[in-house]
Amino acid sequence: MGWANPLKNVLQKLLAPVFWLGVWQFFAFLVDQSVQGKGNELLLPYPATVWSALVEQAGQALFWQSILATLLRVVLGLVLGAALGSLLAALTCLSTWCDRLFSPAIRVIRAAPVASFILLVILWTGRNNVPTVIAAMMVLPVVWDNLSQGIRATDPKLLELGRAYRFSRKKRLTLIYLPSLRPYILSALTTGAGLAWKSGVAAEVLCLPRPALGTQIYNTKYMLEIPELFAWTAVTVALSLVLEALLRRTMARWRKGWGT
Amino acid sequence: MTLCEHLSLSFGEKVVLEDFSLSIPDRGIIALQGPSGCGKTTLLRILAGLEHPQAGTLRDISPQQTALLFQDDRLLPWRTARQQLTDVLPRSRWDEAPKLLELVELSGEDHTYPAQLSGGMGRRLALARCLALEAKLYLLDEPFAGVDLPRALRILERLKAWEAPILLVSHEPDLLSNADLVLSLDGPPLHVIS
Repeated sequence: MGWANPLKNVLQKLLAPVFWLGVWQFFAFLVDQSVQGKGNELLLPYPATVWSALVEQAGQALFWQSILATLLRVVLGLVLGAALGSLLAALTCLSTWCDRLFSPAIRVIRAAPVASFILLVILWTGRNNVPTVIAAMMVLPVVWDNLSQGIRATDPKLLELGRAYRFSRKKRLTLIYLPSLRPYILSALTTGAGLAWKSGVAAEVLCLPRPALGTQIYNTKYMLEIPELFAWTAVTVALSLVLEALLRRTMARWRKGWGT
Repeated sequence: MTLCEHLSLSFGEKVVLEDFSLSIPDRGIIALQGPSGCGKTTLLRILAGLEHPQAGTLRDISPQQTALLFQDDRLLPWRTARQQLTDVLPRSRWDEAPKLLELVELSGEDHTYPAQLSGGMGRRLALARCLALEAKLYLLDEPFAGVDLPRALRILERLKAWEAPILLVSHEPDLLSNADLVLSLDGPPLHVIS
């Protein structure tokens, strides 16, 4: 039957969300029973309550302004972190001196607690720039690490071909390095995008720029509006997943047509 | 022309070349035959500038004037057959790509990717890409490995009209008998028997 396969695909995709919504509903019910209807929304609200809170928020201009502002900060942080990480990966792979100089610093950035950076960057740059700077700092080591691995794993036979066939630097970059790095770039960007969201929103929660998704999350915590907290968290997760899907689709288009 | 004089090269204890010299005619197909591991590929790699001899000199042709067909195809998996050629051809000669594909009997495969080609077709595409390079000496390391003999003989016949000399490594007697000159080698260390 022509409709059987698409229907099967839809059902397979719906299975996990429906299952976890069911689990959520079940535990919300248990909490509701244990507190006997007195304030279960403070502990674990029902999915329907969160949905209502989300719909209510979506009717306000501030909701969309917060989403747009956070999206811009996170994407800018991702782009900056990816650009710097790529540049440093190229430098540390090409030059032993650059490797000795930069690699320890990048490892320190990777290991240091995000909260420390957030508090320091508030002092250095002012609150509105903190989420972008923090997102970039979290993305940079991931991109650097992945691309460094990729550059070192580039097929030496293809590099030798480039030398023997007198490829210019530009040709070596575009014809050998970049296509070889594709899986590493995809991995770096998808992991980096997730980190950029988490760290960017965490920075917003701590430094409260306006408008911002993180500021809204802070306000819900402050006012004990737990269904709203769930709603804003769901928005953050949804935006992160959409960004990741867009990145994957872009990378798939790049690969399309290799005949493999 | 004299390609090299008094070349010596060792890998650790293994002496691959010792006081090796080679002169060839200015045109035509010069076939090198010899047992596996005797040093033929190393010689081609030295002439292409990819290995550096410990002694001796390259004479009339510099490595920059050679074009080497590697023993393995080394096609770029993400480039079509036509792109493999335009990648090495200067833009002013891009219109030669179809002729080169025709020469190796791959007409109509312009938009095919290496993964979609058979082993023999990939070998022929690698050969076409090597021939696309401007060079004064072509170094072909087993160019017809995996290519059926009648087709290999047809292509070899076309290569006889090539402007620059072609130094070709092969083990196939029918191909060797069609070369303009056959040099029998042995080693290591590499030396010419006849």
